[in-house]
Amino acid sequence: MRDFCYSLVIVTGNLWGLKSLQDLEEFRVSTRRWLEENCPQSMRQPITEQDICSGGRRFVFQSDDQKLWLDRMAERGWTAPAWPLEYGGGGLNHDQAKVLREEMASITARLPLQGMGISMIGPAILEFGSDALKKQHLPQIARGEIRWCQGYSEPGSGSDLAGLQTRAEDHGDHFIVNGQKVWTSNADQADWMFCLVRTDFEVSKHAGISLVLFDMESAGVTARPIRLISGASVFCETFLEDVRVEKSQVVGDVNNGWTIAKYLLTHEREMIGGIGTAAGTRTLGELATEAIGLSDGRLSDELLRTEVATWEVDSCCHQLTMERVRDEMTADGVGNTSAMIKYYGTEMNKRRFELLMALGGSDALHWKEGTDTQRWLRSKGNSIEGGTSEIQLNIISKRILGLG
Amino acid sequence: MQKLVLTEEEQMVRESAADFLFKKAGPGALREIRDTANPKGFSSEVWLEMVELGWPSILIGEAQGGLGFSHVAMGQIMELCGSTLACSPLFSTAVVGASVLSLGGDRLALLPKVAAGNLTLALAIDEAPRHNPQGIATRAVRRGDGYTLNGEKTFVVDGNVADYLVVSVRADEEPEDVLLFLVPRDAEGVAITKTEMVDSRNSATVQINDVTVESVQRISHSGAGLATLQKVLNIANVHLSAELLGIANECFGRTLRYLNERKQFGVEIGSFQGLQHRAAILWTEIELCKSIVLKALRALDESPEHAGLLASTAKAKTCQVAELASNEGIQMHGGIGMTDEFDIGFFIKRARVVQMLYGDRRYHLNRYAELRAY
Repeated sequence: MRDFCYSLVIVTGNLWGLKSLQDLEEFRVSTRRWLEENCPQSMRQPITEQDICSGGRRFVFQSDDQKLWLDRMAERGWTAPAWPLEYGGGGLNHDQAKVLREEMASITARLPLQGMGISMIGPAILEFGSDALKKQHLPQIARGEIRWCQGYSEPGSGSDLAGLQTRAEDHGDHFIVNGQKVWTSNADQADWMFCLVRTDFEVSKHAGISLVLFDMESAGVTARPIRLISGASVFCETFLEDVRVEKSQVVGDVNNGWTIAKYLLTHEREMIGGIGTAAGTRTLGELATEAIGLSDGRLSDELLRTEVATWEVDSCCHQLTMERVRDEMTADGVGNTSAMIKYYGTEMNKRRFELLMALGGSDALHWKEGTDTQRWLRSKGNSIEGGTSEIQLNIISKRILGLG
Repeated sequence: MQKLVLTEEEQMVRESAADFLFKKAGPGALREIRDTANPKGFSSEVWLEMVELGWPSILIGEAQGGLGFSHVAMGQIMELCGSTLACSPLFSTAVVGASVLSLGGDRLALLPKVAAGNLTLALAIDEAPRHNPQGIATRAVRRGDGYTLNGEKTFVVDGNVADYLVVSVRADEEPEDVLLFLVPRDAEGVAITKTEMVDSRNSATVQINDVTVESVQRISHSGAGLATLQKVLNIANVHLSAELLGIANECFGRTLRYLNERKQFGVEIGSFQGLQHRAAILWTEIELCKSIVLKALRALDESPEHAGLLASTAKAKTCQVAELASNEGIQMHGGIGMTDEFDIGFFIKRARVVQMLYGDRRYHLNRYAELRAY
């Protein structure tokens, strides 16, 4: 009956538009009510890096509310709103997912779960993985049980990612993997890695890459944190010595990993590009007012006032562009426009921290843990990780503008 | 909340506007107007076709004989007028003039004539080279039932061809407010002088010497003049932002084609990374402009009371990017970009006029900060 109704309203196009609008409004009302009743008050505060719930075997919840919020959201599949219900997702369409985001933002509800599983490998398994892989991994990701890390860059392969040399030798039903990865975020905390390896050395560099999954507790895996200019960091170097990877853990086809890698990079770019635009954080104008004060209703330093306003104007335009790109999105995702989002978003974040440093004056130069000073230094990596700004500009000029 | 994409109807307006403007009103038409020293500053034929397409009536309510369509739709036309450099009284009359009359009460019942394309208007507010809508020396002194006006206005776009001027003045009786009056071009004491502008488009200075106006010529109620003017300027600046987007986008499109054609050192110059990255940055900036212009146009339709901040955001951003696009356009074209024979120069000239009109990037950044309370 339901199917029949749907086909009927699809035939009468206008009616369908109207009905879907009504449905969406009903969805908004019920979502708002559910969030009101189920989101703990302490989970309605602006989120800082320390408050993020990344899940995983070793994750220690900071509060009962944090766990309650994760469990309640996971039960509805709203940790992964757009994934199918059968794999632990919420089964929401594009418009419903946007409504959920908007309603969560309106009460400053924190994301219940964040990380590489939800944002990166989950969508990739959904798109390219076998049914067995989906059943094995997706529900665990959506429930926050397994935390993932990404094995991409190598000491010799940064911007030239496709030149990677980590070797996977075919041993019948499994591969033996040897090599070294670097800039692996949270490798020392993660439970599983999705990893690009070379499965064919005879073909062109893009054609011999596979994407494989393995448990970080496997024999031969060692992760070591790297200290950055900003102090301690989540980045690790990861050594892989004779690591056994079952062939069932190859995502997509063997030697087709580059296609998936590009897809994942698109996701990553979009994600990094949204940096510094989280709902609930204070505006730069407010921070500036607090830092240097007003005189006659204007920031007390005219040149800083101009720079702050310029930044806010650019930031507004960038956020609207992310919204527009999502609204225009086709079934194929945002595609190469993610290069623009990544480029601009990370450059904006660097500018923001430079301005915060200027506003803080010499106080901002004190070396202390967990301060904007450290975050300023950390932001320098934004335009390097996930493909440098220069690589993003290459992508725009070659793939979007068609320049030779 | 409306999505940040065009509706089907808005898309149709855009396509039909592109069809018409690229065929009939491109840079070639502007060149002809300039080189023949056409005193009207636009082609009557193009304007008549715009009227036939219903463009002057888009922003006018149905009760006044208009279409009551959206700012988003009008903004698509304005953007394409930027891309094609189309000359016409459309902006001064159908965007600014129609908004002044709609917001101010239209006591002379002029809107049906505007909608029908039978009447043109020009906004006469600035008195100094840099936009300052409150810096007004022009005075109104009460005489019986009406007023006597005295003063001088500059940068009055289409002032040399408009049937009516909308003049801002101060009056001792309401020192805090700005008063707006409708003054016929042929009123006694009005002297209009065309200004030769860098973009070859219409602008004028207006001298107002003992001009008598009646109360009915006053626009908007007592105490509401400044608020009306600010709303009109928000609308005007959002549509100017759309025009700047069109200019920037067309400059970029032409430059991109040139990068793919022009060969030096035996290869297309577009194969050089030094130019590729500049092109990619410019493209990114233009994409940002598309988003803010659409958002600001939607705000005019959906919540005009909150449009001020978005209007200044849009103007500040599009001014910056149109300046960049027109400068890069010339630089990347090299020597040929400096020649009058080549059209790219028309775009930089028009861009600077639109940038300056009703406040440039600096003006709107300052206004943005004021509205943000810092």
